Amino acid sequence: MTVAIAIKELKKTYANGFEALKGISLEVEQGDFFALLGPNGAGKSTTIGVISTLVNRSGGTVEVFGRNVDTHVYETKLDLGVVPQEVNFSQFERVRDIVMTQAGYYGLPRSLAHERTEKYLKKLGLWEKRMDRSRSLSGGMKRRLMIARALVHEPRLLILDEPTAGVDIELRRSMWDFLTEINASGTTIILTTHYLEEAEQLCRNIAIIDNGEIIENTSMKKLLSELDSQVFVLDSPSLLAEEIVLNTAGVSARRVDEHSLEVSVAAGVNVNSVFAELDSKGIAISSMRNKTNRLEQLFITRLRNQG
Amino acid sequence: MSLLNNHKFIAFETIVIKEVRRFSRIWLQTLVPPAITIGLYFVIFGNLVGRRIGEMGGFQYMEFIIPGLIMMSVIQNSYSNVVSSFFSHKFQRSVEELLVSPVPNYVILAGFVVGGMARGLAVGAIVTSMSLFFADLEIAHPLITVAVILLTSIVFSMAGFINAVFANSFDDISIVPTFVLTPLIYLGGVFYSVQMLPGFWQTVSSFNPIFYMVNTFRYGFLGSSDVDVYWAFVILGVFVVVLYTGCLWLLRHGTGIRH
Repeated sequence: MTVAIAIKELKKTYANGFEALKGISLEVEQGDFFALLGPNGAGKSTTIGVISTLVNRSGGTVEVFGRNVDTHVYETKLDLGVVPQEVNFSQFERVRDIVMTQAGYYGLPRSLAHERTEKYLKKLGLWEKRMDRSRSLSGGMKRRLMIARALVHEPRLLILDEPTAGVDIELRRSMWDFLTEINASGTTIILTTHYLEEAEQLCRNIAIIDNGEIIENTSMKKLLSELDSQVFVLDSPSLLAEEIVLNTAGVSARRVDEHSLEVSVAAGVNVNSVFAELDSKGIAISSMRNKTNRLEQLFITRLRNQG
Repeated sequence: MSLLNNHKFIAFETIVIKEVRRFSRIWLQTLVPPAITIGLYFVIFGNLVGRRIGEMGGFQYMEFIIPGLIMMSVIQNSYSNVVSSFFSHKFQRSVEELLVSPVPNYVILAGFVVGGMARGLAVGAIVTSMSLFFADLEIAHPLITVAVILLTSIVFSMAGFINAVFANSFDDISIVPTFVLTPLIYLGGVFYSVQMLPGFWQTVSSFNPIFYMVNTFRYGFLGSSDVDVYWAFVILGVFVVVLYTGCLWLLRHGTGIRH
């Protein structure tokens, strides 16, 4: 499998002496949907900054599709599309011009630039706004415009730094669908996000960075399988008793209110057995959800262990 | 190789179009004010005061100041276009669009410099057209005139670029034009012949690079100058090389634009 990005011993110390990256190493395979998670100030944006050359690194190497970014500057940049955390286009330009200009920077001939601009503005629901000045767009539209701009040269690797921050849930889900589609068509995606549900939903592999170091780098499935237990909130149409005792090993229950209960299920326990027991006690279940996002649970545990 | 060159040309063209579109969109701020200011110079200094002055350096005072005023407008507008545009790119962070793209540093620089030249020369053309209402212009040495105006606009576009790279606030982009550029232009012989000055001040003037540019441009128009035209071109050439090298060094090291 080709490696889309290979980072080795990456270090960054800012002018004020702050050591943002302490020699991190990371590989992302071609076609992957990869999550780079970490608390604020952990080094996620610095890592993305170094890859995209917006931040000068203090040490280490970066390779994009097997090519060193220092010796193959233009080829590696052609392979890369970046959606930054903060809006970074001119507020006075028209939506269409922003995407067309980006296409020009990547050397796309005008006719192809027009074609691609139309394609991505339509895909991201911005075609009707193409003649509007970018400052008149809503926050969600500005985020979508940055994605359209990053895709106009059709990079093989797309890096998204918190692309759905401040975006309403409906729009966020439509962006998930779009990113899934882009990934399915072969684009490798690296995503940083504060919405762990987003990372769990979209990404196949994950790295957690904290205090400038990678503290976890594995597949999403493997990481989630390491959960000791999960807590589910179950809603019932029946009136629940004050005390609910479940006899299945590794399972405990607690009434939250008269129509809902929390059930803690240890790793390895078949959830069907919980439903069977609840059913035998005459407790019907109408809906169920995780109390906290599973990845969030792990994420917090890892960071606590690290601290 | 030709394909790569083509990519670079498209990128260059994109930056230039973007720059020209920017100053054309805000023509009320970029093209009209210098035209009004220089128009007032023509009326007040050239016409009203100039009639009492009579001749300067063997020419009517109006004829004498026209090349200097054209040059002044080119210098100020080439400089201010690049400094304000590139600083806006930094301020709005849209410079990041350029930095993550595969546009080579020299293409970025060339794009902004040509954008600055376009505005400087556009204002210069407006001022030249206005001057025709006040005097009959004849160009004694067209090639020298064109060469010196192009080289001067290149020099001040690059100087504006360096100012923008180091600027951290909007105050920083007005300090150099106000406290350095304007005094150098006014003391560069736009309104007077250096021959009028005492010996000491003539020597001081010889250290002002704008003095050479204004006088060489005047030579192109009138065929008469206070400076040796050959040395003026040498000085311009040195400035072009030094500033170009400096701009590229700053871009390569990411000064002011990369962390």
